[in-house]
Amino acid sequence: MRSAAIRPTDGPTPSTGHTSSTGRTGRSVHGIREPLSPAERIRAVVGYFLTVYRRTWRGSIIGRFATPLFFLLAMGLGLGSLVDAKAGGVGGLSYLHFVVPAIVATQAMWVAMGESTYQVMGYFKWNKMYAAMLATPLRVGDVLFGHLLTVVFHLATATTIFVGVAALFGGFPGWGALWCIPVGVVTGLAFAVPVFAYTASQETEDGFNVLFRLVVSPLMLFSGTFFPIDQLPVWLQPIAWATPLWHGVELARGAATGVVSSPVPAWVHVAALLSFVGVGGWLALRLFTRRLVA
Amino acid sequence: MSVALASILRVSSVEPDQSARGSAAAGDAASVCGVAAAGGVAPAGGDVLVSARGLTKTFGGFTAVDGIDVAVRRGEAFGFLGPNGAGKSSTMRMIAGVSPATSGELRVFGQDPASHGPAIRARLGNCPQADMLDEELTVQENLWIYGRYFGLTKAQTRERATELLEFAQLTDRRADKVEPLSGGMKRRLTIARSLINNPELLLLDEPTTGLDPQARHILWDRLFRLKRQGVTLIITTHYMDEAEQLCDRLVVMDRGRIAAEGSPRDLIARYSTREVVELRFDTDDHADHVDAVQGLVGASRVELLPDRLLVYTDDGDATSADLHARGVVPLSTLVRRSTLEDVFLHLTGRTLVD
Ligand SMILES: Nc1ncnc2c1ncn2[C@@H]1O[C@H](COP(=O)(O)OP(=O)(O)OP(=O)(O)O)[C@@H](O)[C@H]1O
Ligand SMILES: [Mg+2]
Repeated sequence: MRSAAIRPTDGPTPSTGHTSSTGRTGRSVHGIREPLSPAERIRAVVGYFLTVYRRTWRGSIIGRFATPLFFLLAMGLGLGSLVDAKAGGVGGLSYLHFVVPAIVATQAMWVAMGESTYQVMGYFKWNKMYAAMLATPLRVGDVLFGHLLTVVFHLATATTIFVGVAALFGGFPGWGALWCIPVGVVTGLAFAVPVFAYTASQETEDGFNVLFRLVVSPLMLFSGTFFPIDQLPVWLQPIAWATPLWHGVELARGAATGVVSSPVPAWVHVAALLSFVGVGGWLALRLFTRRLVA
Repeated sequence: MSVALASILRVSSVEPDQSARGSAAAGDAASVCGVAAAGGVAPAGGDVLVSARGLTKTFGGFTAVDGIDVAVRRGEAFGFLGPNGAGKSSTMRMIAGVSPATSGELRVFGQDPASHGPAIRARLGNCPQADMLDEELTVQENLWIYGRYFGLTKAQTRERATELLEFAQLTDRRADKVEPLSGGMKRRLTIARSLINNPELLLLDEPTTGLDPQARHILWDRLFRLKRQGVTLIITTHYMDEAEQLCDRLVVMDRGRIAAEGSPRDLIARYSTREVVELRFDTDDHADHVDAVQGLVGASRVELLPDRLLVYTDDGDATSADLHARGVVPLSTLVRRSTLEDVFLHLTGRTLVD
């Protein structure tokens, strides 16, 4: 027999499909395997990202609490008392109530950027986890969708914490504040999904500097966040309409305070945000496929 | 058919007896001979798990795999041997269903990876050339996560992971982060991970690169065991001893093409002589000595390498005796058996590992 010529040593060997113990039934038996349902595939991907999160949440959670506190102290209370004293608030709101819903949307943008730039690049390039997933029955769409669901989770936690902390400091006039949570998630996604696509197209992380300096930072200042956009030169105002943050800010402020600065109805804001998600998603799937299936 | 197969598997997976175990300590030379006795014949009549015809992969204008034909039968250990850039990994990635073929026909388990990628990937194990582990997670977390990608239940995954940790000799490191592990341990973890779904076809792209000699031998042994259990192996390597040791059949790949195909023994018999006399001279250029060693007794061919001359002969001792009789005095003379390295040199005019 052929095996006699082979040098055996002591040591275990993982057994194959013919033994019968719980480890080798169903999908671990040789032969054609039952395909995974979409839900199973997504759950497997999300399972990975949550395992990563379990290892890193302590670091991020401190930031999640600290950022709103800093903003509240500096903008709401510090700057706010000045604005309220000199100008009697903004558009009928105290400056604190004016600015807090906007900061919720802005923070969602920052969280989204954090989750969709260096993180995504890392899964492409550094630990190659996307590629590792695609060596299994998973497909590009599963990997992308599963990761984005994880981003939704991060956005929801971060926004909830922010809203909770801000509420403790009197940052909202009423229960409408709760609307800020879904608005924050959708606003964040309107950034995360297109930026996933952008990251997939980048070979190096140099492009992120451009993104942060020329897109994210200006948006934070000029999207009606800290002052209404009608304070801007007229030619600048349409630019705000084209960015997700302004729509998010308007929605959040409208929901939390009932005061809006433009006649645009809420559904238009929602539609604008969702189209960033939709178009971004289409692009991201294409660019992920191009990068990962080569 | 499947019943018959299952019974064969059951018989062949019985632990080897104690007397066979005695040879475990045998070194390199013995193991090569052992395989020479064992290997050679591809399993006859088995169904074809992988077949490629005119398989081609281009990147931009560059052709990495240039119209190759291969057929791998169930139960065999098949090798791709070739130097850096030969196109081994590109071929493996196409077979693994992670990289689409540019042209040609490819069937894995009888299916086209372009249209049945997930179904194919569900049944095979893929150990890529780069480890692709999450080094921030623990050893066992890497296995657990991977099992879920195949739709295994949590219990199945955990049980399987425990076995595989034992297999990879990583049980005592299971709760440690991957990052500080040695390169060889990471490699073993990647190999273990590729077995999580109990694959019937295992693709190993340079499995032993980065392993120390002892770990290599242990791994070879583990791979033999998998093979005896009916797992089909496809291995790439640029170590000729590994190819000789592990592969029933192999192709020599060079610049995207297949230069030759056969069992290690066939290839050596076909493309080389029985023995080789290696001569080193005290010189800057060994070309100066080529004439002096032409036409020696028993010799059929002389190859010139930068640091030595190789004289291909059927009788190494007679050839070196003749050399001596001519009064040619090299710095060193070594008579050895032909290896796949010689086959490669003959086929391509280049050495395999430089
Ligand atoms: N994604 C890619 N893009 C461009 N060129 C590539 C890509 N992958 C491989 N190549 C090229 O194709 C050729 C074959 O590469 P491949 O990795 O298949 O070789 P190999 O035989 O596995 O080599 P090695 O022994 O070094 O691993 C190389 O010249 C390589 O540069
Ligand atoms: Mg390679």
